[in-house]
Amino acid sequence: MKRHIPSVLTALFLLLCTCVRAQNPTPAPPQTTPFAVTNARVHVGDGTVLESATLLISDGRIENVGPNLSVPAGYETVDASGRDVYPGMIALNSQLGLTEIGAVRATNDQREVGTFNPNARAVVAFNTDSQVIPTVRCRGVLLAQATPEGTLVGGRSAIMQLDGWNFEDATVRADDGVHINWPNRNSYNWQTGDLMPNENYDEQVRELEAFLEQAVGYCGREKREGNRLLKLEGFCDAVSGTARAYLHADEARNIQAGVLLLKRMGARPVVVGGYQAHLVADFLKREDVPVILGSTQALPAAQDSPVDEPYHNPALLAEAGVDFAISHEGYWQQRNLPFVAGQAVAFGLPYEKAVEAVTLAAARIVGIDEDYGSIVSGKSATFVIVDGDLLDMRHSNVEKAYIDGRDINLDNKQAELYRKFGEKYSRQSR
Amino acid sequence: MTLRFRLFLFLASCLSTLAAQTTFPYNGVYDQREGYYAFTGATVHVSPEQTLENATLVIRNGKVESVSAGGAGPQGAVPVELNGKHIYPSFIEVYGSYGMPEVKESRGSWNSPPQLESETEGAYAWNQALRPETDASALFTIDAKAAKALREAGFGTVSTHHPDGISRGTAAVVTLAEERENEVLLARNVAHHLSFDKGSSQQNYPNSRMGAIALLRQTYLDAEWYGRERREEANLSLDAWAELQELPQIFAVESWQDALRADRVGDEFDKQYIIKGSGDEYQRLDALKETGATFILPLTFPKTYDVSDPFAADLVSIAQLRHWERAPGNVAAVAAAGIPFVLTADGLEKPTDLHEAMRKAVKAGADPKVVLAALTTGPAELLGIADRVGTLEEGMLANFIITDKDPFTEKATVYQNWVQGHPFELKPIQNVDLASGYDITVGGETFTAEVTGDPGSQKMKVTTAGDTTARDVTFSESGGVVSFQFRPGEEGGYYRVNATPDGEGYAGTGRDPQGNPVTFTATPRATTAPDDEDDAKKEDEDKPTEYKGRLTYPNIAYGLTELPQAERVLFRNATVWTGEDDGILQETDVLIDGGKISEVGQGLSDRGATVIDATGLHLTAGIIDEHSHIALLDVNESSESSTAEVRMRDVVDAVDENIYRQLAGGVTTSQLLHGSANPIGGQSALVKFRWGATPEEMLFEDADPFIKFALGENVKQANWGDANRVRYPQTRMGVEQIFENYFSRAEEYGRAMKAGDDIRRDLELETLLEILNGERFITCHSYQQGEINMLMELAERHDFRVNTFTHILEGYKVADKMAEHGAAGSTFSDWWAYKFEVNEAIPYNGALMHEQGVVTAFNSDDAEMARRLNQEAGKAVLFGGVSEEEAWKFVTLNPAKMLHIDDRVGSIRAGKDADLVLWNENPLSIYARAERTYVDGKEYFNREDNEARRTELETERNALIQASLDDKNQGGKTQSPRGNSRRLLHCDSVNH
Repeated sequence: MKRHIPSVLTALFLLLCTCVRAQNPTPAPPQTTPFAVTNARVHVGDGTVLESATLLISDGRIENVGPNLSVPAGYETVDASGRDVYPGMIALNSQLGLTEIGAVRATNDQREVGTFNPNARAVVAFNTDSQVIPTVRCRGVLLAQATPEGTLVGGRSAIMQLDGWNFEDATVRADDGVHINWPNRNSYNWQTGDLMPNENYDEQVRELEAFLEQAVGYCGREKREGNRLLKLEGFCDAVSGTARAYLHADEARNIQAGVLLLKRMGARPVVVGGYQAHLVADFLKREDVPVILGSTQALPAAQDSPVDEPYHNPALLAEAGVDFAISHEGYWQQRNLPFVAGQAVAFGLPYEKAVEAVTLAAARIVGIDEDYGSIVSGKSATFVIVDGDLLDMRHSNVEKAYIDGRDINLDNKQAELYRKFGEKYSRQSR
Repeated sequence: MTLRFRLFLFLASCLSTLAAQTTFPYNGVYDQREGYYAFTGATVHVSPEQTLENATLVIRNGKVESVSAGGAGPQGAVPVELNGKHIYPSFIEVYGSYGMPEVKESRGSWNSPPQLESETEGAYAWNQALRPETDASALFTIDAKAAKALREAGFGTVSTHHPDGISRGTAAVVTLAEERENEVLLARNVAHHLSFDKGSSQQNYPNSRMGAIALLRQTYLDAEWYGRERREEANLSLDAWAELQELPQIFAVESWQDALRADRVGDEFDKQYIIKGSGDEYQRLDALKETGATFILPLTFPKTYDVSDPFAADLVSIAQLRHWERAPGNVAAVAAAGIPFVLTADGLEKPTDLHEAMRKAVKAGADPKVVLAALTTGPAELLGIADRVGTLEEGMLANFIITDKDPFTEKATVYQNWVQGHPFELKPIQNVDLASGYDITVGGETFTAEVTGDPGSQKMKVTTAGDTTARDVTFSESGGVVSFQFRPGEEGGYYRVNATPDGEGYAGTGRDPQGNPVTFTATPRATTAPDDEDDAKKEDEDKPTEYKGRLTYPNIAYGLTELPQAERVLFRNATVWTGEDDGILQETDVLIDGGKISEVGQGLSDRGATVIDATGLHLTAGIIDEHSHIALLDVNESSESSTAEVRMRDVVDAVDENIYRQLAGGVTTSQLLHGSANPIGGQSALVKFRWGATPEEMLFEDADPFIKFALGENVKQANWGDANRVRYPQTRMGVEQIFENYFSRAEEYGRAMKAGDDIRRDLELETLLEILNGERFITCHSYQQGEINMLMELAERHDFRVNTFTHILEGYKVADKMAEHGAAGSTFSDWWAYKFEVNEAIPYNGALMHEQGVVTAFNSDDAEMARRLNQEAGKAVLFGGVSEEEAWKFVTLNPAKMLHIDDRVGSIRAGKDADLVLWNENPLSIYARAERTYVDGKEYFNREDNEARRTELETERNALIQASLDDKNQGGKTQSPRGNSRRLLHCDSVNH
């Protein structure tokens, strides 16, 4: 039995279907039948490409992948001739699922009050029924790091797959790390535009340092004595190195200061943002610290900055040999993550490196690369089939997406509205 | 060696009023002394043009009685010998606020409720920032402390005004004597002061620069109406306004662009403003000269940035470093350009900083005579008081300073400042003028003395034959007797002697270190060799200034050293996206000439053009952004629900780096819109990105006028917090009524105009009437379908059409109605979910509108996204399957149609403007980069040049940083690094 990729006819059917749902599509059922994806060009995620390759999928896992594999009996076949297969993309440092409508306070769950919130856990606030999620998923972003925002310490993020009934079954990795926002060295006057050294910088760093020191002490006690202190406890996984310490910093000096402090506390830091990370590339390599780069689709940092600076940054890090992923801001915006990576290709980043930066590198950095991030035997079957080029909006036609072998429904509220009003106009022309 | 006559000064307060007649009675014995003095021996700088050496200046009754070359003073005058000293007319502060009450610049907190009406009590102007009734002479009181500080700087006269508001009322001229207000007040109503700053007013309107300009324009019109016979209201402000129209009009601005803005207002109402400038005039001399204005230039120069921390130094932009280097040269540059100017000490930390600033300006090339004139005769003429102050000619006020040397070239001491014949001693004239060396004999010992320094600050050291260690001699003078004191050895006591002049030397008696009486003689020695070090320094100072930083258009990073010229260029063998019926042509040539596209075809002859091999490259029309807020000083005049009178063209900012960044993204034309804070916003500005031009030069010539309207959450202030529940409207119901109201009023206004009624010209209604008359077109910020339909229906009721709905995210729901109405739809490609009203926005919006026959565009409303609008167009292919050819029109021809400029731009056709972009790739692709961008056939962006420019900037920056470090290490005053980061303006950016 042969399953076809949605054809023009299917698209037409979708267009004509006027059965508008007010709800997100039903999560896909677990894979029951093994299947093969044949004749695909596979972007493995580690920088390599397999031409005319076959993927064998069973029990949600990639059994095998390679050119000229024969398809065992009983396997369904998805013919991917002329198609490209990519690992599902991972949106790091995102607020997807944590907020629904920016200006509506009632829907905002990404930022808790207070300076130190390492105990706040994004996983429990992740809303699987967010109507934004399917609009992102249909572009090939299949996992996301739900990340709390905040002042000094925002909270702990979680890695979620984007097709779940509830946060429990959507969780890939809860509490993967704690997010620290390094204090700004400069303070900005919003009204005058003046940018001046932040007088409280040293004090804020000391405050952070003191907090971390106490967390190390608290977490290091053999037996918990005294009162339970949730905020200090929130740091225990990070200072023991079992979870990541995400250091949000852009300036070179801050990156260095933050990394040194966190390492002193026993943590495994990851730089998030990292606008000037290329300036301290050797330091980052020496310290074995990876970077989650902020969006390429950003303005240069200062008036004098090179016009293409944000576009160039990934290529600079790649040339310097720093391990990095590429991220994009926000929640609904994550559907543009592939283009944020593609932008870097236009400015010197090798194509497969760009793919890796939103797949395997991202998985590695957040510690889920045993199961996700690349298309190799044994890993979760989480990938997309694209007619065209995933990273180029000109033909980034995502036809199929699988999470753990489950065939994901790519429909979404916006496509529904497209059909609904297409119907309105087609009735008029009838 | 001389011992000069000591001038005994009376304390000013002890001097009685001079012998002029006054209405004031006196107590006790009549003692109105006439202050009759004759100053001899000094170099008198009578005026900038006339200097008399060894002159005699006679003053009496507070005025100059005579000034002549040499000769003794008249009998009966107190003789004052001033050999070697200089006398200058004292300076005139043309832009002062001496003796004025403090201006309370208290600002409300960001969340305080808006103040909609003026809080000025009485029958005054509707707007609190209009204060033409302010009469500085009535507010003036003598402020001894401030007067002293100004006198120390050499000022004798100040034109003072109360610097508060947009119309600040009149200035008064006062001297810096301290007798009585009645004596020092020389003239009232010498000038009318204006600015764009509403000062202490907390009334909401205006809260933008374009609002301030509109208020000013409307005030001129109101005054004209009010001045006619029939008055419907009493208005003391307008009465006052009328009275001060014939005075010099002094307009304070904050930048060279502001100066042009002010001048344009002046042109409209036949006023030639005198511009109180900002010190950056050197950046745009040609345009400023064209204003015909006289400038009042400040001498505020930035302190050296302390750039010793390389990272912190990154805060300081190249523009700031350049300005630091060039600011002192501003005066010289303005003078060289032939722009008339005077100088002010306004803005200096303290008035005495004037002297260092003057010297810097002179060192940077300003002529000392011109500087003197700019502080004396210039201001006097400007203020119409040249018959009384500014020179030391006969009959002028006895306002002068006595200095030891030329204060414009050397660090000088101001000894005395005479105001209206009253002496104020600033520093005693040092009476001892020692020779350069002496042989001293005292108590049988002999010493060799060396004297260094200038009179007044001389230092003496002695050495003995056996001991070459120089030891300090302290000396002081009192009543003609000089006391000397020094220690002959490392240890032990001091010689102490008193001596009087004896021929060329001194002789006297005293005590030796043991207390024994001794005799003392000091005989002058031959002059020692001149100090080499001083000479070297002098030479260094005389060198003309060589700038390490460049001066570019505009004067920030990536500015142009020279403005580009329209070239004749042949693009050979390109893939040409014509946007015309020809579609996308492969391997085609395009020739541009004289700023226009002259030919499109294959195998064109180059006709001497520069040939660019475009094989494998894509040539398109420049991108047009229907909705942008870059290159603007302000975005919203958010104070009122209609601000149709404000014009974005008044606040175009040609110095925005985002212009260059967008050229790098292939954008060539943008509509700069007012924000969406109110239902009826301001008038749009359509610009071409002519990088390096002035704001006026950026405007798209002869374009149809547009205006911004807005609907929905922003105009309801729904997301502005609880304080903003005051301004109408707060619901979509109210929004409709605002439009209904204003258009009804505009219709009535139009009828009255037509009937020839004597009505007040109202800039707001006039603008709305233009819409009704089909002379102005609406771009309306819109999201939800209901409000879109509401506005279309309302327009039809009033018999006009809505031209464009901008970022219309629910256009897809009403595309059929839009097509029928004739409205175009500009939208975001894929934005949504950021507020409630965009929750049904879909990325297929563009495709659906397009399919329904709506002229469809993608706009940015965002400085970042605008630089990759080409990719956004690519999303029309992705979402809804629009063809590549049609998708490309979403950012070129279609916005051109919406803006009624498709006859000029938006596609590639012979005869159209050569606004072109050469891409390395299919422009809809994420991999596309603009390689070259042309506006009017001029190349404004070239990727290779851009790389070269980056390298140049690094070199230049380093040179300026090294120069800053040099200056710091030579003791220059420094400031900690600070920068400025442009606020990115969006639809809802509001000043509070």
